[in-house]
Amino acid sequence: MSGTDIGFWGVPLAMFAGAIRVSTPFLFVSLGECLTEKSGRINLGLEGTLVFGAMSGYAVSYLSGSPWLGVLAAGISGMFFGAIHGYICKLPKVNDIAIGIAMMLFGTGLAFFFGKPFIQPQAPHLPSINLGGWSDYPQIQSALEINPLFLVGIVLAVAMWWAFKNTRWGLIIRMTGDSAPAALAMGYSVDLVRFLATTVGGFFAGVGGAFLSLYYPGAWSEGLSSGQGLMAVALVIFSRWNPLLCFAAALLFGAAGAIGPALQSVGITQGYYFFNAAPYLLTLFIMIASVSPKRSLKGAPGELSITK
Amino acid sequence: MSAFSLNRRTLLKSAAIGSLGLTTGLLTRRPAFAADLTIGIIYVGSRDDYGWNQAHAVAAKALAAVPGVKVVEEENVPETVAVAKTMESMVELDGAGLIFATSFGYYSPFMVDAAKKYPDVQFRHAAPLWTDKDPKNAGSYFGYLDQAHYIDGIAAGLSTKSNKLGFVAAKPISSVLSNINSFAIGARKVNPNATVQVIFTGDWSMPVREAEATNALIDAGCDVITCHVDSPKTVIQNAEAKGVKSCGHNASQADLAPKGFITGAEYKWETIYKQYADTLAKGGELPNFLSGGYDLDFVQNTPYGAGATPEAIKAADAAKIEMKAKVPVYVGPLKDNTGKEVIPAGTVHAPYDPWIDQINFLVEGVTGSIT
Repeated sequence: MSGTDIGFWGVPLAMFAGAIRVSTPFLFVSLGECLTEKSGRINLGLEGTLVFGAMSGYAVSYLSGSPWLGVLAAGISGMFFGAIHGYICKLPKVNDIAIGIAMMLFGTGLAFFFGKPFIQPQAPHLPSINLGGWSDYPQIQSALEINPLFLVGIVLAVAMWWAFKNTRWGLIIRMTGDSAPAALAMGYSVDLVRFLATTVGGFFAGVGGAFLSLYYPGAWSEGLSSGQGLMAVALVIFSRWNPLLCFAAALLFGAAGAIGPALQSVGITQGYYFFNAAPYLLTLFIMIASVSPKRSLKGAPGELSITK
Repeated sequence: MSAFSLNRRTLLKSAAIGSLGLTTGLLTRRPAFAADLTIGIIYVGSRDDYGWNQAHAVAAKALAAVPGVKVVEEENVPETVAVAKTMESMVELDGAGLIFATSFGYYSPFMVDAAKKYPDVQFRHAAPLWTDKDPKNAGSYFGYLDQAHYIDGIAAGLSTKSNKLGFVAAKPISSVLSNINSFAIGARKVNPNATVQVIFTGDWSMPVREAEATNALIDAGCDVITCHVDSPKTVIQNAEAKGVKSCGHNASQADLAPKGFITGAEYKWETIYKQYADTLAKGGELPNFLSGGYDLDFVQNTPYGAGATPEAIKAADAAKIEMKAKVPVYVGPLKDNTGKEVIPAGTVHAPYDPWIDQINFLVEGVTGSIT
């Protein structure tokens, strides 16, 4: 296989491939969270939604034989979690962050409970689209094996970005997020808008979970998410509530996660604990670099309980 | 768990005993007949994880088939005070006479404390941790999986085309390192051109990072992938999806890779569990420390899959006979992968030499670092 040995070029390539492979769940969860936060609420429960989506997607794919049905089921179950969060937060004097944490534990717990019989069986996987046929390098071919959900995520990010700017719906969501009194004065139900935004946000997070269990890494297990849903929530803040930046941040996180294994595979084996921590260090540095005590976060919806 | 912390169950039970005017001495829980033997098995994860826990669960199933033995199981028990509660309820409610605590962190202080609290119940733990300072009704059992990884290595060395083998490992501790080394020694014995590339993920169960590591190894040209992580499902599945061969770990993963599976290193806890049950049934004393490998049938290899070449099967079968005859794997002269001599010429480390438990290097031919 000497003709295909690409040596140290493997590292940037692996980061590129990692960005494509690993970013999709981050992308979907952060888009869902972006939508919810734009409407003025924080849903920290998306980690639970992600895990439950992964489980239900895998279960339905296994039972029905159709992975796309699994994706749909994951989205719908995510929607239910979003709806529960949205409904409870509507009640007076309820703190959305506390409910989010409760929903996170509820979602993971429920997923573990129902997921027991599905750890062992093998469900049909989502297909991939091969865009790397032009290359002779198997590494590039495998890097460009792209899952349709990744493409859907890109389209969704662009559509959300455009819709927030240019549509009436986008304006209503931004208005409820920035000033509830203004929305009320205009005659919109703040609670209803937030309920719907949280519900749809839950749908996205559920689909992100289905990607984990049905494509990459591609099996339902209880350690599957290992906190990716939580990191995606942080991504929204560092991408300044901008769906396009959410996409960029998701790619960056995917790439950073691939550094550790990639460096070891080309023989740079010292300090892999440090490289494995790269995504977290990256978050920390970007946060420090972009936050100033002298002003509030740019682009933050005014109604968010963390910025109010 | 302190001796003073009475839980509700213990309290109710003592109250009931008191009110009946019985002495606790009459209620010893040691089973008088084999027919009474209830065995409790505690898992840290889920029973069907295609890995460590499944290996124990398969043995538990075999044990349950033994007449007169009843098996009670609990999975997903964290290595915290939760395991103390689980052991207590297995003893108090299920009347367990023998408990297998299968995860490393269960041992101290939880199992040791439980053994002190219930001197009539036998406790056994699946890692070589027992010392004579610990209670006599506690103990350890362990299998030397590195012997099965050596067989894996021999089969892999003769099944590879690129001569590059990939190893996804969790942490650089001696039990993992000895598996990597045995795999590499086996592979290079039959194929001196073979090298083993290691990627450490840093944790026992990290599905996304394990998948990334598998892909990175394949991109680096490895065409056989094996691993030492808790649940090898992700690694084996991704290797199969990329069309490369794989060797398993802990339990059988053969059905995950119908095209590329070569063989796998498996524990055979069943041998140990049945031996214990048998000893108790005959009224004998359980050993406090029990460990072994191929010769005692404590470890085994998964039946060959479609990825194994005929030469590989032939050589691996021959090596199995050697392993059963306790032929040593670690024979000098042997260098580590920095060029330092770790076993001088003429020195031989026999299969159960304590030296093997102390391994802290990677042998020549392995690309990777333990720091």
